[in-house]
Amino acid sequence: MNLQELWSIFIMQGFAGISLFSVLLLMGLGLALIFGQMGVINMAHGEFMALGAYTTYLCSTLVQDHAPSLLPIYFPIAIVLAFILSAALGALVEWGMIRHLYKRPLDTLLATWGLSLILQQTYRSIFGAREVTPTLPEWLMGSFKPTESIDIPINGVFVLLLAGAVTGSLLLFMFKTAFGLRLRATVQNRLMSGAVGINTKMVDRLAFSVGCGIAGIAGAAFTTIGSTGPDSGSRYIVDAFLVVVFGGAANLFGSVVSALGIAQAQSILEFFLEGTKGKVATLLFIVVVLMFRPQGLFPSKVRS
Amino acid sequence: MNIKTLFKSKAEVYTTVTLAALVLVVLPLLLPIFRLNLFGKYLTFGFVGVGLVLLWGRCGILSLGQGVFFGLGGYCMAMFLKLEASDPISTKIQSTPGIPDFMDWNQITKLPWFWEPFKSFPFAMAAILVIPTLVAFGIGWAMFRRRVGGVYFAIITQAIALIISLGIDGNQGYTGGRNGITDLRTLLGMDIRSNVSQYIIYYISALLLFACILFGKYIINSRMGRVLVAIRDREDRVRFSGYDVAMCRSFVFALAALFSGIGGAMFVLQVGFMSPSLIGIVPSIEMVIFAAVGGRLSVIGAVYGVLIVNLGKTTFSEAFPELWLFLMGGTFIAVVMFFPDGLAGLTEPGGPLSKLWQKWGARLLPGLARRIAENHSSTATTTVLAEKTALNEVTNATK
Repeated sequence: MNLQELWSIFIMQGFAGISLFSVLLLMGLGLALIFGQMGVINMAHGEFMALGAYTTYLCSTLVQDHAPSLLPIYFPIAIVLAFILSAALGALVEWGMIRHLYKRPLDTLLATWGLSLILQQTYRSIFGAREVTPTLPEWLMGSFKPTESIDIPINGVFVLLLAGAVTGSLLLFMFKTAFGLRLRATVQNRLMSGAVGINTKMVDRLAFSVGCGIAGIAGAAFTTIGSTGPDSGSRYIVDAFLVVVFGGAANLFGSVVSALGIAQAQSILEFFLEGTKGKVATLLFIVVVLMFRPQGLFPSKVRS
Repeated sequence: MNIKTLFKSKAEVYTTVTLAALVLVVLPLLLPIFRLNLFGKYLTFGFVGVGLVLLWGRCGILSLGQGVFFGLGGYCMAMFLKLEASDPISTKIQSTPGIPDFMDWNQITKLPWFWEPFKSFPFAMAAILVIPTLVAFGIGWAMFRRRVGGVYFAIITQAIALIISLGIDGNQGYTGGRNGITDLRTLLGMDIRSNVSQYIIYYISALLLFACILFGKYIINSRMGRVLVAIRDREDRVRFSGYDVAMCRSFVFALAALFSGIGGAMFVLQVGFMSPSLIGIVPSIEMVIFAAVGGRLSVIGAVYGVLIVNLGKTTFSEAFPELWLFLMGGTFIAVVMFFPDGLAGLTEPGGPLSKLWQKWGARLLPGLARRIAENHSSTATTTVLAEKTALNEVTNATK
């Protein structure tokens, strides 16, 4: 193996990591909003992602059966639908469950885990235990070759662009809109925000549902790189939580950096170490770092 | 240690004695050995439940990694049993006789160094107790000293559970991989699968469990127990009063791990195998569910929770596998949202069930209510008053 080949492997594994990075980032952003800003642990976050993925699958099946001519353009619509459905379910869950538990963060963890069991079994009853894959539009398939030995898949690039767009919109949403201002105020001082007339309950519900909606987009993105099963979401939940905690809980920028680091380390190590050892090594490294630096990479300076 | 340091009230004595009678007398008399063995398996999860009551209910530390310590204890026991089962004569068809079969399948020709000491029975027994405790103390001390707690602790312990289960899964030659360590036959020459030894193992599990329950009660009712509750409710005040909060937390975390490790070792003896499927995220969080359903504040309640949830799991997942997850998820949400103290919280004096009894039972059966009220008059005056008003209402209504 000469240096040129090693470099090509590095780039290609790097791109495999980019797909993982995009999914982790989208999962992590939603969690950062829900966990970092509101202190709620949503163990069912993976199931919201699976909801997005199944929505995409449903759209693809419907389009294929009834309007095959729409096949090239259904995917963006599916992404929007995935966002709307997940956000709606998120709002419902916040109203029915989470809002009663804000004072007991550990209990939200347990209750949402119960929810995730129910959702998983629902998916299993509706779609079956087998993994499903939507038919992807032609333009998402294939790859392009910048040089002779490097092969970059188009779906990876698409997912990366999608993740970038969502991150950008979320940042704009948080820092340039009235709602973002209210949300940040509520995180800093809930009592005072209520006193100056912010409807903090409404802010909570909207933040939770936007977080779940982003998980739905993550699910839509996920369908381009893997097949969806009832427990697809739960496979990413620990990684997603580590992304948020490692990045510094209330810091969106930190989530981006740590998602990139975790995804790249995992996929590059997976090439050199066999099986799951790459993942084990990465997770172990993060846990050890967190033991010595529990505030994460980029701690926010909000008083608790 | 006298009896008062173990039991605060008569009710505690009654519930403990009832559980003891159920586990030690009623179940062995009623059930055939196959079913009893199943209950023996549930009891081993009871060890984890008792630990979680101390750790989570009393001290407010939610660990989602108790499966790790259950697994460590279990693997220590399984390694000893596996070496006993892989003597050179019974493994003579292997290319390297005398090592466990899965090592032979993975082209390992020499027993790895960390397996060597598990040939010794005393070492294995000591390891079951020491390794989970030390690992937990190390993790706890590293984190509690930096004041990591609550949600972060839960997430990190969950990540540790994932790491350990993936790590065991991925190193098949050294650990048996996904299948785990199977085909365990004898303990010091005693066939662990025969009916007689199944009874012996059941009773050893049950007695060890009661030892852990009593020790748990001793801790809860001691000064240490009150410090733990104080840490749960107002950590900084305890720290300002001069207590070493990190040390107290590490202690209770290590104690819970010790209990879990014993449970894991007994589990291996009950079922004859150990695998990473008992360590990962799902089993670890299920153990928390057992404790939550039974009552996170009560060691006896947690053991009932373990028995009930597992019995439900076995019964329902045999009969209606689809419904089971709905039921389990639903129960869990309901317990967390409406009965945070679980079954034990429902039945204790002043709890929802006793209120319900005051409201309806007294109307339906005034004579019985009066007699119960008289019996309880020395311990619970408020209950009596409430029941008397209920009785007055009844008499007014009949007039």
